Amino acid sequence: MHLAFGDVDAAAQSADLVIEDDYSFHGTTHTPIEPHCAIGQYSADGVLTVWSSTQITHYVHRALARVLELQPAKIRVIQPCLGGAFGGKSDPFSLEFCVAKLAMVTRRPVKMLWTREEVFYAHRGRHPMQLHYRTSASKDGRVSGVDAKILIDGGSYSSFGLVTTYYAGQLLTGPYDFPSYRFDSTRVFTNKPPCGPKRGHGSVQPRFAFEVQLDQIAERLGLDPIEIRRKNFQGENTKTVNGQRITSNGFAQCLNEVERASDWKARRGKLPHGRGLGVAGSMYISGTNYPVYPNKMPQAGVQLKVDRSGLVTVFTGGNDIGQGSNSVVCYIVAEELGIPVDCVRVVAADTDLCPVDLGAYSSRVTFMVGNATIDAARKLRRLVVTAVAEHWNVAEQRVRMIEGVVVDLEDVTKSLPYVEAFHLAEEKFDTLGSTGSYNTPTLGGDYRGGTIGASPAYSFTAHVVEVDVDEETGRIRIEKVWIAHDCGRALNPMLVAGQMEGSAYMGAAEALMEEHDINRFGLHRGPSLLDYRIPTSVDTPELAALIVESLDPEGPYGAKEAGEGPLHPVLPAISNAVFDAVGVRLKHLPFTPARVLAELRAANSTETQAVSAHRGRN
Amino acid sequence: MLRLPQFEVATPSTVREAIELYTSVEGALIVAGGTDLVPNMKHELFTPPLVVSLANIASLRGIARIDKGWLSIGAMTTLADVATSDLVTAQAPALAQATGLVAGPQLRAMGTLGGNVLLDTRCQWYNQTYFWRQALGFCLKKDGSKCHVVEGGSKCVAAASNDSAPALMTLGAILVFEGPAGRRSVPIDDLWLADGIVNKRLEPGEILVEIQIPPTAPGHRGAYGKLRERGSIDFPLLGVAVALDVDNKSKIERADVVLTALQARPLRIKRAHETLVGHEVGTSECATAIEVTAELAHKQCHPMPNILGDHDWRREMVTVYVRRTLKAAIDRSGPVHHV
Repeated sequence: MHLAFGDVDAAAQSADLVIEDDYSFHGTTHTPIEPHCAIGQYSADGVLTVWSSTQITHYVHRALARVLELQPAKIRVIQPCLGGAFGGKSDPFSLEFCVAKLAMVTRRPVKMLWTREEVFYAHRGRHPMQLHYRTSASKDGRVSGVDAKILIDGGSYSSFGLVTTYYAGQLLTGPYDFPSYRFDSTRVFTNKPPCGPKRGHGSVQPRFAFEVQLDQIAERLGLDPIEIRRKNFQGENTKTVNGQRITSNGFAQCLNEVERASDWKARRGKLPHGRGLGVAGSMYISGTNYPVYPNKMPQAGVQLKVDRSGLVTVFTGGNDIGQGSNSVVCYIVAEELGIPVDCVRVVAADTDLCPVDLGAYSSRVTFMVGNATIDAARKLRRLVVTAVAEHWNVAEQRVRMIEGVVVDLEDVTKSLPYVEAFHLAEEKFDTLGSTGSYNTPTLGGDYRGGTIGASPAYSFTAHVVEVDVDEETGRIRIEKVWIAHDCGRALNPMLVAGQMEGSAYMGAAEALMEEHDINRFGLHRGPSLLDYRIPTSVDTPELAALIVESLDPEGPYGAKEAGEGPLHPVLPAISNAVFDAVGVRLKHLPFTPARVLAELRAANSTETQAVSAHRGRN
Repeated sequence: MLRLPQFEVATPSTVREAIELYTSVEGALIVAGGTDLVPNMKHELFTPPLVVSLANIASLRGIARIDKGWLSIGAMTTLADVATSDLVTAQAPALAQATGLVAGPQLRAMGTLGGNVLLDTRCQWYNQTYFWRQALGFCLKKDGSKCHVVEGGSKCVAAASNDSAPALMTLGAILVFEGPAGRRSVPIDDLWLADGIVNKRLEPGEILVEIQIPPTAPGHRGAYGKLRERGSIDFPLLGVAVALDVDNKSKIERADVVLTALQARPLRIKRAHETLVGHEVGTSECATAIEVTAELAHKQCHPMPNILGDHDWRREMVTVYVRRTLKAAIDRSGPVHHV
């Protein structure tokens, strides 16, 4: 992909400072604790049912129909509870087709469960990237141009590689405003396990490179790293250089929060040698307006059904992969109908029962399914309110559903239990239920690829990381990560904080420990949980989640995403903290102790040479 | 899920019975805690027709003081019990620290001291599934003829990876075996062979039943240092055990430094004793002697790419970890571990 906005070369020529450097990301995988699994069953009347640990039921449904040449109406796909996905269960996988075909041939149920080793080979993890960035700035720290060349190692298949290649460039244009931008990203096939979408799809690696480069600029200009980020903040209700619409934007508040919580002003640059603080920021999408197959139908659909007991059942195609999206749907229905949460039950991710949703990817579920749920619940509420208003012979605007009852706002002696209100509505109208949906507004730049990365709302994050560097071993110990994330509104603060902490944990692990790599024989170096190292509880730093609420105008109650954005800043913030601690710039991931020690040695010898050259002059 | 191959299990309740079962079936193996053998069986590194479990032999568990200040540890005593034993902590601090750093809490609750002493050697080309090893074309240690650590190498260099072994060596431990021919006591130093395929000298049908630790000097100080990626679970990238006997004038009268996870057998640092002996702890002469010992270790140790990771860095860490572990022994501040 090659896209250019503004004149980046002119910006470089007229800039006070141009920093040009190389960065790299090594490749990591998702490591869900549950391996992929699928069960196929073929009924006597010719219906194929596949239970799969997928995070996108709808696409599996379509892929099964296409590959097995079956009528889609003869296939049912169900996603049960998952033990983690993180993007790694987005593609349709071989085992889904195998259990389906074998079940059809044998007329017996067939189950396949991958070994851990097979999960490593299926991979679809984060792409290794070689990144070259040239950033131009004025001497007061304003960025005037960013020029990027990105080479992406895709492995042996495409997966969502086209999107990766776009995202690598398209998602860098916030939270900072710069008038010129150019990126040239190329994804190449290699004879390795295929890469694909992993939490923070396509944008974690470029974000790392840019946020380290921004720190290099701050260093050269003698600016505080938080100050330079403030200075370049794009603000709310604006448009990015590549034509993306920005609405709510709490990034400035995120910076304030991490600055305050980490006691940045008193401590940054002033800690004992070996200890340091680093900052980084980022932006991410809350879903994209570009479905994987082009169509004009809703991206998220929800159906409500009311039982005479008062139970409201929500049918949603949304995939709860542990992020808690089913519970979010529950709260929304309870909120809109004023009924207890335990009187709402969710049936999700079953293609026979649920309206289509495009699945759990691109951080779209809370935003899109949430909005569809509000739509359905409000339609249902209108029916109930109409029926009760007629029953009381009062105006509809006087009737409220709240706290398990329906009341007349102007005469609170008039009150009905909600179950009776449901009965009145059923008597008046019909079997009681409703549907709702969400579709994105038209978004994106007017150019080829302009819709990729276009989102109805963007989340923003800032991290401050505190590190301790052991200069004898090269080992980086993360003391604490302060994570401030603008999620619009936290519909469940505990779930949001969990996503923020989980993201920071995962990103820190990728920076310090994880290596998805191939040895000299072309074999995976260690496809096991012993050799592919993810941090244990004792390796996990203290994580402080600081929720920032910017109240998005289009999100459900103002909510935006929280599951992927908070991963991005931790990698560059660690590098920037190491610079504060020991004066070494880490530009190549992972930061293994061996590499850090080598960098420290190289820096020391340069320093020694500089000192002796200086002495020579005297 | 990786499945175990088919095999029979026997659960005798006496050592005699165990020996009979063990010798009655060709290729039978002994299992203690199973934390090493079971994953290795899943990888088809071992495919025994019969596995004889020692789990029901009560006499093999427990820690006790025996005559003349000797400590006896039953081979089936769990690593968790060894690590938290007051007797072991007092008499053999390096062993308590080393066993406390084996793997993680769950594995220490299952794994035993005897099993850790007899742990199979480890290598990045060996501890893999059958599928993976077949794709490689196997290796010298199992099913193949080539070494991938040392190209053209004719000798297996898989690494001794048991944390307890170097600690027991600095303590002069005696291993007690029982076999068809009766009981046999062996100083742990004499157990090892410099062969990664089988790095232990055992007689056919022998079972390790007891580990005996001689009385330590009143001024004994010991420590263990373990280098690994994570703060839990991982095998050592390097292990350093130190024993120092300090007399009542604070002078070192005996010193011993043994390293593991370098090559097929644990490695004693030559001249560690003569370098450190006679120095008063806390003095600058002693600090210099520690530095010299660390440099000696660096010269003597040549980590190889038998374990995943950067072996040049592991070699540099020899200096750092020998120095830190010696200091920790003196200060009684062990273990040396990054978390």
